[in-house]
Amino acid sequence: MTTTTGLAQHTIRRVLDDKRHMPGALLPILHAIQDELGHVPAHAVADIAEALNLSRAEVHGVITYYHHFRSEPARGAVVQVCRAEACQACGSDALWEHASRQAKNADVTLEPVYCLGLCATAPSMSINDKPYARVSPNKFDHLLAQLKEAA
Amino acid sequence: MSRIKIYVPRDSAALALGADEVAAVMALQAHQRGLSIELVRNGSRGLFWLEPLVEVETPAGRMAYGPVAPEDVASLFEAGFHAGGQHPLSQGRTADIDFLRKQERLTFARMGITDPVSLVDYQAHEGYAGLRRALALQPTEVVQQVLDAGLRGRGGAAFPAGIKWKTVAAAQAQQKYVVCNADEGDSGTFSDRMTMEGDPFMLIEGMTIAALATGATQGYIYVRSEYPHAITTLNEAIAKATAAGFLGNSILGSGRAFHLEVRKGAGSYVCGEETAMLESIEGKRGVVRAKPPIPALKGLFGQPTVINNVITFASVPIILARGAAFYANYGVGRSKGTLPIQLAGNIKHGGLVEKAFGVTLRELMYGYGGGTASGRPIKAVQVGGPLGAYVPEAQWDLPMDYEAWAAVGATVGHGGIVVHDDTADMSKLARYAMDFCAVESCGKCTPCRIGSTRGVEVIDRITTGDAQQRPQQVKLLRDLCDTMVNGSLCAMGGMTPFPVLSALNHYPQDFGLSNPDRQAA
Repeated sequence: MTTTTGLAQHTIRRVLDDKRHMPGALLPILHAIQDELGHVPAHAVADIAEALNLSRAEVHGVITYYHHFRSEPARGAVVQVCRAEACQACGSDALWEHASRQAKNADVTLEPVYCLGLCATAPSMSINDKPYARVSPNKFDHLLAQLKEAA
Repeated sequence: MSRIKIYVPRDSAALALGADEVAAVMALQAHQRGLSIELVRNGSRGLFWLEPLVEVETPAGRMAYGPVAPEDVASLFEAGFHAGGQHPLSQGRTADIDFLRKQERLTFARMGITDPVSLVDYQAHEGYAGLRRALALQPTEVVQQVLDAGLRGRGGAAFPAGIKWKTVAAAQAQQKYVVCNADEGDSGTFSDRMTMEGDPFMLIEGMTIAALATGATQGYIYVRSEYPHAITTLNEAIAKATAAGFLGNSILGSGRAFHLEVRKGAGSYVCGEETAMLESIEGKRGVVRAKPPIPALKGLFGQPTVINNVITFASVPIILARGAAFYANYGVGRSKGTLPIQLAGNIKHGGLVEKAFGVTLRELMYGYGGGTASGRPIKAVQVGGPLGAYVPEAQWDLPMDYEAWAAVGATVGHGGIVVHDDTADMSKLARYAMDFCAVESCGKCTPCRIGSTRGVEVIDRITTGDAQQRPQQVKLLRDLCDTMVNGSLCAMGGMTPFPVLSALNHYPQDFGLSNPDRQAA
């Protein structure tokens, strides 16, 4: 067992002890694990299933059903660009294409998101949950450059 | 000299435009200039084209400046803005700004005015007056107030809230629940988010009143994971309300209990459907349940459950505080009260407009919104989220009213209005509607799961395929939509055809159809 896995298992154990008795505990558990580890590792599934008296298939089913949960760590910062209608009305399709090109050469995980609730200041996006509004391709590049500087 | 009170919003939209940076520079420069300021992080007034909208308290009232960038702060101080001085960014007295002055803010009365997490502020602005009144009434009388006010579900379905409450109140069970559906996933809507970030105690108070009226002792607010700031603010407000005795084992010493907890969603649009949301809170995949049984009788964990949207609960405190008649006095027909309407998309003055039912789309888009942000003509407007129809210009003068709108195939929904200018391609938006349904379908029923994918393919064949085949493909699309409308378990599959068919019917030229393709219908 690598040290990283050991640390992760320690975290998972702590989260399970803390939350297993909540009514409907599975989502709060998955959130807590992902918030701490950045993802829900495959080896967590069996432990969660055992703690909640569920089958591994049920736990796996829930993890893969929701867009938010990831089974692998994200690459760099998580960049979410809104692709929903209000942002489309303000040029988000072009922003998405631009972002897709730029993200290839950057240390980021680019994902579509369907509404950040910033629909009067579109197009919008977020970087690690920090919101940005009226994002032009130029502003996108500027934000990515800032991210690179900070890293 | 007394401290100068300066307001810099903490609403996500303001943060997304640099409000935190503005606040930091403001504090630093005030310090450097030897000025004693009190920086309040208020909610947003809902004038998003002016965010970050900085306000300062003066003897003449609150003065507004916006949109303020960090680099404007120095010149603002030099212009003496902290005493209400003139500056190129001056917007005058906030209360006099046209966009605000013409509104009828009942639910959003405190929005942007108070510190969202201050119980002192909240109570100084009529907060918890509704709960105190509810505690003095019998539960049946509380339900009657909500019935008499004519309050209908603001999440989109417009079901009378009082009837739901009455059903739960009459149900016999050891445990009942109050659940707030805060999975505001519709593009073009943000009134739930503004409420949770800008006036969370109002939602907490509304849910507490619902609990007293129905005998529920546990509540959950299901908030989407895309709203991290709303979750933080709600948790802070719940902790404060609990510490002050507004939540907990004995609400204001009444001996009646209500506990409240935030549950975070995980990026599934269909979890905004109430039964899918219940599944999600129970820790399962967000798959829609067949109804009946209705959640009011068999809801969360199989127990009687009140489920309402954020704005529905948020409308309750003022109904109790001022009486049902006061609220019912607003509105038209069977659409009583006010609706917080959200102007979004390609709009010059986007934001929150709370008006009594009866206002027209044209007044909203031009009178308040000022037309498109791009300055081009408005081509299409989608009302009621991704499942709402595109409303053609012929219907822009129809008063906003659930029944009148339903009669012409439009939906008021959650009151989100997304404006598109004349560069919009309606076949692309129709395709998007089907594609979104394919991505977000829970998969339980076939019309939604398979129909959405077939819908994308058919629209592609209409727009890029052989022109001779087009009438046949249009017929196929209409048949498919008919199956989805009538055969789907919930609104996801059942309403996705609304934007698709309205785009096809009102903008046939965008589908390569020269005339309204009635013969193919």
